[in-house]
Amino acid sequence: MSERAITCIGCPMGCRLAVRLTAGNEVDAVDGAGCGRGAVYARQECVCPTRMVTTLVHVAGRRAPLSVKTTRPVPKERVFDCLKAIHQSEPAAPVRIGDVIVKDVCGTGVDVVATMSTEENG
Amino acid sequence: MTDVIVIGAGVVGCAVARELARFELRVAVLEKSCDVAEGATKSNSAIVHAGFDAKPGSHKARFNVAGNALFEPLCRELGVPFQRNASLVVAFCPEEVSTLEELKARGETNGVPGLRIAGRDGARALEPNIGREVCAALVAPTGGICCPYELTFRLAESAAANGVAFCFSCGARSVSRRGDAWLVEAEDGRTFEARAVVNAAGLYADVFNNQVSAEKLTVRPRRGEYLMIDKRYAGTFRQTVFQVPTAMGKGVLVSPTVDGTLIVGPTAEEIGDKTDTRTTTAGLAKIRLSVERVWNGFPSSGVIATFAGLRAHGDRGDFVLGEPADAPGFFNAAAIESPGLTAAPALGVWLAEQVADKLGAARRKEFSGGSSHWPQFRSMNAAERSAAIARDPAYGRIVCRCESVSEAEIRAAIRCRIGARTLDGVKRRTRAGMGRCQGGFCAPRIVEILCEELGMAPEQVTKFGGGSWLLAPTHDARQATRVGPPAGSESLVASPSLSHD
Amino acid sequence: MTDLDVLIIGGGPAGLAAAVAARKAGCENLLLLERDEALGGILQQCIHTGFGLHVFKEELTGPEYARRFIDQVHALRIPVQCGTMVLEVTREREVTAVSPAHGLQQFRARAIVLAMGCRERTRGALMIPGGRPAGVYTAGTAQRFVNMEGWMPGRRVVILGSGDIGLIMARRMTFEGAKVLACVELMPFSSGLTRNVVQCLDDYGIPLMLSHTVTEIHGRERVEGVTVAEVDAKRQPLPGTEQRFDCDTLLLSVGLIPENELSKSAGVELSPVTSGPVVDDALQTSVPGIFACGNVLHVHDLVDNVSEEAALAGRDAAEFARAVNAQRPDSGAEAMRVRDGAGVRGVVPQAVHAAKPACDLALTFRPAAVYRDASVVVRIDGAEVSRRKHRILTPGEMVKVSVPKAELLRHVRGKELTVEVAP
Repeated sequence: MSERAITCIGCPMGCRLAVRLTAGNEVDAVDGAGCGRGAVYARQECVCPTRMVTTLVHVAGRRAPLSVKTTRPVPKERVFDCLKAIHQSEPAAPVRIGDVIVKDVCGTGVDVVATMSTEENG
Repeated sequence: MTDVIVIGAGVVGCAVARELARFELRVAVLEKSCDVAEGATKSNSAIVHAGFDAKPGSHKARFNVAGNALFEPLCRELGVPFQRNASLVVAFCPEEVSTLEELKARGETNGVPGLRIAGRDGARALEPNIGREVCAALVAPTGGICCPYELTFRLAESAAANGVAFCFSCGARSVSRRGDAWLVEAEDGRTFEARAVVNAAGLYADVFNNQVSAEKLTVRPRRGEYLMIDKRYAGTFRQTVFQVPTAMGKGVLVSPTVDGTLIVGPTAEEIGDKTDTRTTTAGLAKIRLSVERVWNGFPSSGVIATFAGLRAHGDRGDFVLGEPADAPGFFNAAAIESPGLTAAPALGVWLAEQVADKLGAARRKEFSGGSSHWPQFRSMNAAERSAAIARDPAYGRIVCRCESVSEAEIRAAIRCRIGARTLDGVKRRTRAGMGRCQGGFCAPRIVEILCEELGMAPEQVTKFGGGSWLLAPTHDARQATRVGPPAGSESLVASPSLSHD
Repeated sequence: MTDLDVLIIGGGPAGLAAAVAARKAGCENLLLLERDEALGGILQQCIHTGFGLHVFKEELTGPEYARRFIDQVHALRIPVQCGTMVLEVTREREVTAVSPAHGLQQFRARAIVLAMGCRERTRGALMIPGGRPAGVYTAGTAQRFVNMEGWMPGRRVVILGSGDIGLIMARRMTFEGAKVLACVELMPFSSGLTRNVVQCLDDYGIPLMLSHTVTEIHGRERVEGVTVAEVDAKRQPLPGTEQRFDCDTLLLSVGLIPENELSKSAGVELSPVTSGPVVDDALQTSVPGIFACGNVLHVHDLVDNVSEEAALAGRDAAEFARAVNAQRPDSGAEAMRVRDGAGVRGVVPQAVHAAKPACDLALTFRPAAVYRDASVVVRIDGAEVSRRKHRILTPGEMVKVSVPKAELLRHVRGKELTVEVAP
């Protein structure tokens, strides 16, 4: 049995979690979570940590970049591969918030969508 | 061939250039930086001294007093700020009071008008916020404040409007005789020939003097550090307040600026490196300690910027002016440290006359004194603002929120004859970026405008030329859309009268 | 002169939420002024996630969160003017604004909501010695460059300050191809959200150097490096601990300052603790009819709290505008003063009208230090009215305290309310 202290990043509360792990590195118990998602996060983080990826892509013919995000977190160790793949795309205007910019990025099963629209007015 | 080459586009170089433009002469100014006022001109206390400090009989004394008298009409003609706010030298104990008497006598010998000594109550009446231990103060009504780089820029504009050529990024490397003429070789290999040379090269004036004359000169950098105080403290002091020099050294001054901020400093430190304009922990601490006597409870939280400038301190104890005996046609304006800014208008007049006399040049019939102006949004009243926006909507877009500078002014600052090419160039012509947020809000917009106006890519925009790049090239997949081909070197502002070699 | 019921200055998250609330509270004649070309304020450049968990029960990016409110603004047909800078606000609630499209405009509003946000503390204010090369940016300006202009401020970065903007930029710069060498923090704790320390620094092996500061900037034309030193208990550099980092960029995340120039021009009293206006529980400032919310009032950590606070301000502004004598109904009664107790900094609001509380009282503050397993206690004239235990309290995270309406009514003639941290 071992213990690992991690901070939940599920929301800005940042609950400090104490995770008990078995010898086989399985999560036995999670202490300190302020909500149900804390335990979920702890299990995920100790077994297969994932992260949301947000970044920018260039829109053809436009100067201002387009902000994008993965629709769900991707495996943490694939983050930089995903960034590289996302940065290859150069969508054409107009782009609407929610449009898929990259489908199934790096085979993670996760799409990358626009978080803003190119045709914006106040 | 050119008639006169002026080395250095600081306040003295530009003042001389403008005065030379009154004569039938072809004049070119060579400047190593990419803009005017890049040396000591942009980093001093901006004070127009009354003239009690300089040693009687010296060039410093003579040109200080003469320059002081010329300052107001010159600034009015050029449309740049000047305030005759008066200077005080404050004494905090009886020993210091006797120094005030000495300064008064010295000033009177120099021809400084209106000097008087005020007692404690008089000093307090003039400056309600003066340090509580004040004993007395020397009052010099002719002391004033200006904006040295705005003045220099307008001097250059005026000179250029009257035919003077300016060559930037064109640092002189050597001056030598070639027959009857002077040959000036630039760092980039270009050569210029002229019948006369004016050496206004600031920290490097000794280099050129020593190339042409056996009367050697040494100029050493003397660094002065300063603090700028937020304009929310405007009004704390109305006069320029000096401290009496003591055994501990010269205390720091506190002065309002023409922009509503306050300036505190300088230190004085002999250093070896003519390019070392760093501020230091010790220097900044010294200022904060020294200012307490004058400004009790000095608010460190009010500091918005710190900077340092290098005085061109010569080893002869005075300005070095005019032709060395062995170098006729080579005119020094060297070792110009304080009161160099004050003296500049008078130095300009005197040197131009010396040069014109030497070259037998007649005065031009036409000389347009002012320079092309753009109105400032921040100085306009409501009716003027409405009218300006109706004429040019860019007056309605405020780019620098802290100093209320509109887009129209920024574009004008780039489009004029001696136009801005860099972030600092825009800053010093418009004040955009000089407020309390120090460019945090406006920098992205100014970069964008520079790119648009000059056809530059963002990676090419610099803070002040040379290697002061602002932005790194973006990702391959994300090249910013370029507006036209990259701009060429920002060296020559064309003028019909200039020819090389 | 255009007459308005409610004028909102600022179209960021605070202004947007205030506008929506004012309209929903029945305000007919309202206008929102925004100086940028588009709405959204600072959210436009916050392309990371972390917004909306409380308000929308979803985790959104800044632009997405803004869009939710912008859509509401449009759906409610709230008049908006972008590209418009407000120059002056008077005590009499006259507002002067300027824009290329409309020139100089004058408005007279029955109520004004101040929502101008904040600015960043600069290198000059810190008096960091050294050269003045290109490459020193505040983190927010760098964020604007990267996320909105598409330009990189540099390639090798040191960040001074572990506030949220600095932490977020550590990750952003890393994602966009730069190398971040360290995050240097003066205090012995980070001033940002802990989740950000984890997912912006720890994830990328970027060291967080607590109790350190930058003592010199090197480079004449462009940053060439910085010297970092450890500091003692008095936050003074310890000689002999200096180390040099070779970098070409220094980002500063050393404090946000509410932007109150306009508030000052209106004669609004500011708190020296928050640097924002002193307000009562209706978020009304010392000038009748002028309300404040969002970062201009006090610097927030979570935009969800900004929206909640701004909705209150918008609603109260609308109510004020509607009121017959243009006065708060119970403004005759003496307000209860709110004081910062032990361990507490900058409680907002600073005054409470307990006579007719519209709802439970929402107080916010920042802990003065880091406390573990401590309680936040609210007292009115010494009597405890609320106590809540917290596992951790840290200056980087704003704390919300609620005092039930019933408690306020029980202490109607209360003179002083204090909030304190008790062990």
